[in-house]
Amino acid sequence: MRNITYRDAVREALIEALERDPRVFLMGEDVGRYGGAYACSKGLLEKFGEERIRDTPLSESGFVGAGIGAALGGMRPIVEIMTINFSLLALDQIVNNAATLRHMSGGQLSVPIVIRMATGAGRQLAAQHSHSFECWYAHVPGLRVVAPATVADARGMLATALREPDPVIIFEHATLYNDEGQVAAEGALAVDLDKAATRRSGRDATVVTYGGSLKKALAAAETLAAEGISCEVIDLRILRPLDDAAVMASVRRTHRAVIVDEGWRSGSLAAEISARIMEQAFYDLDAPVARVCSAEVPIPYPRHLEIAATPQPETIVAAVKGVLRR
Amino acid sequence: MIEFRMPSLGADMDAGTLVEWMKKPGDPVQRGDIIAVVETQKGAIEIEVFDDGVLAETLAKPGEKVPVGHIMATIRGKDERPGEVSIEPKAFAKSAEAAPAATMPKQTIPLSTAEISAVRAAITPAARRRAAELGIDPATIMPGKDGIIGLDQVDATKRAAPARAPAGISFDEMRKAIAAAMAKSHREIPHYYVSSTIDVSPLIAWLEVENARRPVTARLLYAVPLIRALALALAKTPELNGHYVDGCFLPAQNVNMGIAIAMRGGGLIAPAIGGVEALNLDLLMDKLRDLVGRVRGGRLRSSELSEGTITFSNLGEETADEVFPLIYPPQVAIIGCGKISERPWVTDGKVVVRRTMTISVAGDHRVSDGRRAAQFLSRFEQLLRRPEML
Repeated sequence: MRNITYRDAVREALIEALERDPRVFLMGEDVGRYGGAYACSKGLLEKFGEERIRDTPLSESGFVGAGIGAALGGMRPIVEIMTINFSLLALDQIVNNAATLRHMSGGQLSVPIVIRMATGAGRQLAAQHSHSFECWYAHVPGLRVVAPATVADARGMLATALREPDPVIIFEHATLYNDEGQVAAEGALAVDLDKAATRRSGRDATVVTYGGSLKKALAAAETLAAEGISCEVIDLRILRPLDDAAVMASVRRTHRAVIVDEGWRSGSLAAEISARIMEQAFYDLDAPVARVCSAEVPIPYPRHLEIAATPQPETIVAAVKGVLRR
Repeated sequence: MIEFRMPSLGADMDAGTLVEWMKKPGDPVQRGDIIAVVETQKGAIEIEVFDDGVLAETLAKPGEKVPVGHIMATIRGKDERPGEVSIEPKAFAKSAEAAPAATMPKQTIPLSTAEISAVRAAITPAARRRAAELGIDPATIMPGKDGIIGLDQVDATKRAAPARAPAGISFDEMRKAIAAAMAKSHREIPHYYVSSTIDVSPLIAWLEVENARRPVTARLLYAVPLIRALALALAKTPELNGHYVDGCFLPAQNVNMGIAIAMRGGGLIAPAIGGVEALNLDLLMDKLRDLVGRVRGGRLRSSELSEGTITFSNLGEETADEVFPLIYPPQVAIIGCGKISERPWVTDGKVVVRRTMTISVAGDHRVSDGRRAAQFLSRFEQLLRRPEML
């Protein structure tokens, strides 16, 4: 095992993908000369050249559409969108083309594109760079949506995503890039794209989360453990299709669920998971499912307001105590 | 090697059924640790260990009925090495009525719609399901602080349910046990009785003021100052506090006051609060609350049943005027307390209305006589005149 940052994990995964398959290329705003908005592709232009590391104009619809065309043409494009807010400009391409073409062509066409983007709040980048629209993408059939929350997942998920014959969207939370974590030394780096992961075992309550909220949920679990409350923390990892079985198995054991989701509560992934728990594990619940989501405001710029608007370990602790009725 | 034997948890006990070991061989044990749970006629009792060391070998198996005094396990003392002494493992006569494994047959009682609509106290789905599995009527479950019945409340009800125990804490059996102990008492102990009706108005008045200034959770029952006063009075009458064993009185160093507590569904048990003389009113209230809770929950410890030195039987506020109880052998005295009621009372030549209580002592004539018991009661009465000093 070795210790690397989340940023290095993404970078290594990109290099490995580019070296392994000549059909793979990376494109997006500032990925080349600037090295990527979060420095994940620093040095790749020198290493692989302009053919494979392509800077694009500020035109998300244009370059995502080009990526879809390249995928249809037999390439394996990795398209980077600077932040999830900007991806809305490419929503038409992603939802109306990438996600639908297999279905509309009766299975004759596939779109093996991987779209990476940074998401989430926590870096004081204000509303237009800080939102969490993952659930909008998780809503769409035809897409696979993943959110690596750990360094190992950041290192492993890209390779698995490139093997998919259909579009995969990878959400990298912007607060994770500097975090360090363990990855395997060599080989066996790829991770599966079907199963949620239990990041901490517990018996009193299940905390379901993903992406940037995982570390907050784990911190909350640690605080609660000191008070004798044992939390199971489930990292969804895959936002579409959801691994219901993992969530239900845990809730059936703990009888209590708290969902932590940086998205807004209304129509959120948390809402979807809550509804599924209600459908599948209602009789096992000892408390209504609780949700810790972002305040329904555009994410504020000031530090204290940004903290107040988004899930924090303290709010998760309070929600867990709530479902335990303590 | 220390031999750990089935303790006698009362004059009426001849055997107990091991429910489970709470420690396994190799575990360190300290005096006071709970080592096993044993099912007796009084329910499941947590058995404590009296030595420090390491649990070497468990000889009794869960489900086995072990006679009092038989070796259940061996404990290696702190300075002993493994394998120094070996004890022949003895087979225990397996009783035909050996207890089944400690599980309760699952019984699913489907809830009818009528029942569901009748139970509108909020109950969580998981709690409703568990209650149905356990055969507990949700209407009998006390909701939690927030008015909701959750799993915790179902489990608490299950623990408190009288017919809960695997080997069956049967009230017929308990009645037999009480009968055996009391027959022995009546047959062997030459009882004498003295009683005294005392004015408890100062106590009640003081208690009302005291409780008014306390938060609800810290309020005192009137039994608490009574127990405290009894313990202080006993210090001057040691002949009432101890055991009579093999023709000989063994006075006790501490007052371990057995408190007769009625169990849900019938039956009576008198576990002891140890060292009452050293406890202030708050500590005593905590101990009493804990003890009553565990009696209802069927989780008493062996020392509480075997180490009582005197028993206090308080019939409660709304029952009889007076009680003449039988001594619980091998103790040598028991104190009975009737209800508190308003009576005409003569003081300073005038008839006034006072709150009074009749307290009686049954003593063992082999150890003491009525005169000593009367002195004890007189001392008790003096103490109650100044409740603020207790």
